[in-house]
Amino acid sequence: MYGKRSRFLTIMLTLGLAFFYIPMLLLVIYSFNYSKLVPVWGGWSLRWYEVLFQSEEVWSAVGLSLRIAFVNATFATILGAFAGLAMVRFGRFRGRTLFGGMLVAPLVMPEVITGLSLLVLFITLKQWIGWPAERGFVTITIAHITFSLAYVAVTVQARLTGMGQSLEEAASDLGAKPFKVLTAITIPRLTPALISGWLLAFSLSLDDLVIASFVTGPGANTLPILIFSRIRLGLRPDINALATIIILFVAICVAIAAIILFRQQRREEIDHQLAQRENG
Amino acid sequence: MGGEEEARAEPARNTGTDEPFVQIKGVTKKFGDVTAVDNVDLDIQRGELFCLLGGSGCGKTTLLRMLAGFEFPQAGTISIDGIDMSEVPAYERPTNMMFQSYALFPHMSVEKNIAFGLQQDRIPRSEIADRVHDILKLVELQDYKKRKPQQLSGGQRQRVALARALVKEPKLLLLDEPLAALDKKLRKQTQFELANIQEQVGVTFIVVTHDQEEAMTLSTRMAVMNAGRFEQIGTSTEIYEFPQSRFVADFIGSANIFEGRVVEDSADHVRVETDLCEIYINHGQSVAKGSQIWVALRPEKIYLSKNAPEKPGPNQATGMVDDIGYLGDTSIYKIRMDNGLILDVTAPNQIRPMSRTHAITWEDKVYLSWEPASAMLLNS
Repeated sequence: MYGKRSRFLTIMLTLGLAFFYIPMLLLVIYSFNYSKLVPVWGGWSLRWYEVLFQSEEVWSAVGLSLRIAFVNATFATILGAFAGLAMVRFGRFRGRTLFGGMLVAPLVMPEVITGLSLLVLFITLKQWIGWPAERGFVTITIAHITFSLAYVAVTVQARLTGMGQSLEEAASDLGAKPFKVLTAITIPRLTPALISGWLLAFSLSLDDLVIASFVTGPGANTLPILIFSRIRLGLRPDINALATIIILFVAICVAIAAIILFRQQRREEIDHQLAQRENG
Repeated sequence: MGGEEEARAEPARNTGTDEPFVQIKGVTKKFGDVTAVDNVDLDIQRGELFCLLGGSGCGKTTLLRMLAGFEFPQAGTISIDGIDMSEVPAYERPTNMMFQSYALFPHMSVEKNIAFGLQQDRIPRSEIADRVHDILKLVELQDYKKRKPQQLSGGQRQRVALARALVKEPKLLLLDEPLAALDKKLRKQTQFELANIQEQVGVTFIVVTHDQEEAMTLSTRMAVMNAGRFEQIGTSTEIYEFPQSRFVADFIGSANIFEGRVVEDSADHVRVETDLCEIYINHGQSVAKGSQIWVALRPEKIYLSKNAPEKPGPNQATGMVDDIGYLGDTSIYKIRMDNGLILDVTAPNQIRPMSRTHAITWEDKVYLSWEPASAMLLNS
C-alpha cells in the first residue's frame, strides 16, 4: 500500500513488539535459571520444572482451574446462546430493553463489585437454605458463568444479527417446525460464534483472579490465586516455570486456531474460484 | 381507489362459479406508524402467474410475506384454496417461497438443500431421491448436486432456489424478486425459462418485482402497487394501454401527461381541449363534459415528420427538436412544443443514420400527430 516502507513506522513497530514480548522472554529465560534468586543468573537448568512437577499444590490448582473453566465455558455458552437468541429472534417482548441492559451489565461492572455481590449472595444463601455449605469449585463456577455468559450472549447476538433471518424463514417455509429450524439451521450457522464464545468463556475463567478470590473458600485455590499468593511472598523461579508452560500452551492453541482459520479461508477461496468458473 | 372495484370486476374472465384460489380481503399491515399494506383486496385464480409490481417500499414484499406466513395482517383475511390462513404458521402453509437472496443453506449441498423440504414431510428416502433427481433435471443442474451453494454461479443458485421451492409441489409459489440478482442478459433469458417452468408444473405463481419489463413478460395479470394500495389490476396490455391513474401511466413505460378540459363527450368519442392542441379520442373512454382531466400519450405512439400534415385537424401539434438520444434500435426525441412544453417521442431507426438524407436533427421544426385511439384519459 505504501510505496516505501517508512523508517519511522518500522522503528515504532519494533519498539511496540519489544514492549509486549521482552517481559515474556525474560520470564521464559529466568525459568531456566539455576539460581534460587530470580534476578541472579546461575546457569541453565531444568531444576524449577522438576520442583514444579513435584508440587501437588500446583497441580491441584491447575486441575481446579481447568475444571472450572470447562464447566463454566459449557454452561455459559448454552445460556448465553439462548439469551442472544431471545434478544435477536423473539421480536419485541415485554422488558426486552431491560433484559438487554442487564445482559451486558457484567461487561462494564467492575469485577470487585461482581465478586463482592456474589460473595454476599452466597453467604446469605447459606444462612437461609444451608447451601452452598462451603465455597470452592461450585461457587467459583457459578460466579464465572454469570459474567462469561454476557460475553457469549454478545458474540451470539452479533452473529445472529449479521446472519439475517432469511435462512430460518426459508427452512420454516419448507415445513420445518421451530425446533427443527433451531437444530438444522440456526445452531449449525451459529457454530463459529458458539466455538469462539466457548473459548472466550474458557480463557476468561482461567484468567480470573479478582472474582475467584472473593467467592472461593479455604483450600480451593485456582491457578491465578495460587500464583498471586506465592508472588506476594516474593518472586519464585518455579512460578516462572509454570508461566512458561502456560505461555507454551497458549501459543499452541493460537497456532491451531490460525491453521484452522487459514484452511477455512483456502476453502472459501476454492469455492469462489469454482463459482467464478461457472460464471465464465 | 382502483383496487377494490378492479378486483371485483376481474373474475368475469374466468369460469366464475368456483371461488378464487387466493383471496385477500381487506388486508392491512402496519409497522409502528408506517402502513405497509393498506386495506387491499385481491383475487387470484388457480394457475395464474400474477405479478405484484411497484417501487421499493410500496408494500409488495410485505404482502408476499403475509401470504407466506412470515407476517400476519392486523386486519383482513387471506385464504388459499378456500382455507383461511389467519391461524396457520408458515411451516404448515401450502406455499413455498423463493427468496430474493435465494436463502440457500450454505452448510448443505445442492442436493440436501432441495431434499430439506421433503424430509420435513417425512417422505420415504427413495421417493425423496427420485423427486430431487427429477427437479434437478428440470432446472438442468444434475451434475451439480454435490456442490455447495457458494460454489455455484448466480444463475445456478437461482435455479437451485427455484428447484427447492418447487420440489414440494406447493399449491402456491411465491417469488420475491426472482431475477433481481442476475445480470441483464441472463435475466431476460431466465424470464422466459421461468414462465415455461410455470406452464410445465401448472403451479400458481405470485411474483414480486420492481421491474416493469419483467412483470409484463412474465405475468398473466399484474397489480401495480403504490403506498400500500393497488393502483390498478389487469393484464399487461390493459395496464399499458389503459392506465387509470397518472401514477400507473408514469410507472409503466413512459408517458407524456398533460392537463385538459373535456369539451365533448359522446358515445363513440371524447374531445379534450388542452393548451397544446385539441385531442380527439375514439376508444370509448368516457368522461363528463366540462371536467378537468389528465391525458397521457405514449412516446412511441406519436408520429414525427418534417412535413406539415395534409389537412389541419385534432391530434396535431408542432415543435422544435431540442435533443436526441440515440439508443441503437430507437431514438428518443425531446421536442420543445410551441407552448414551451417538452414532449418525448420515440421512433425506430429503420434507416441507417449515415444514409439518412431527410433525417430529423437538432433545431428542426417538426410536426407531431397521433391516431385517435392513441391518447389515454386518466381518472386520477
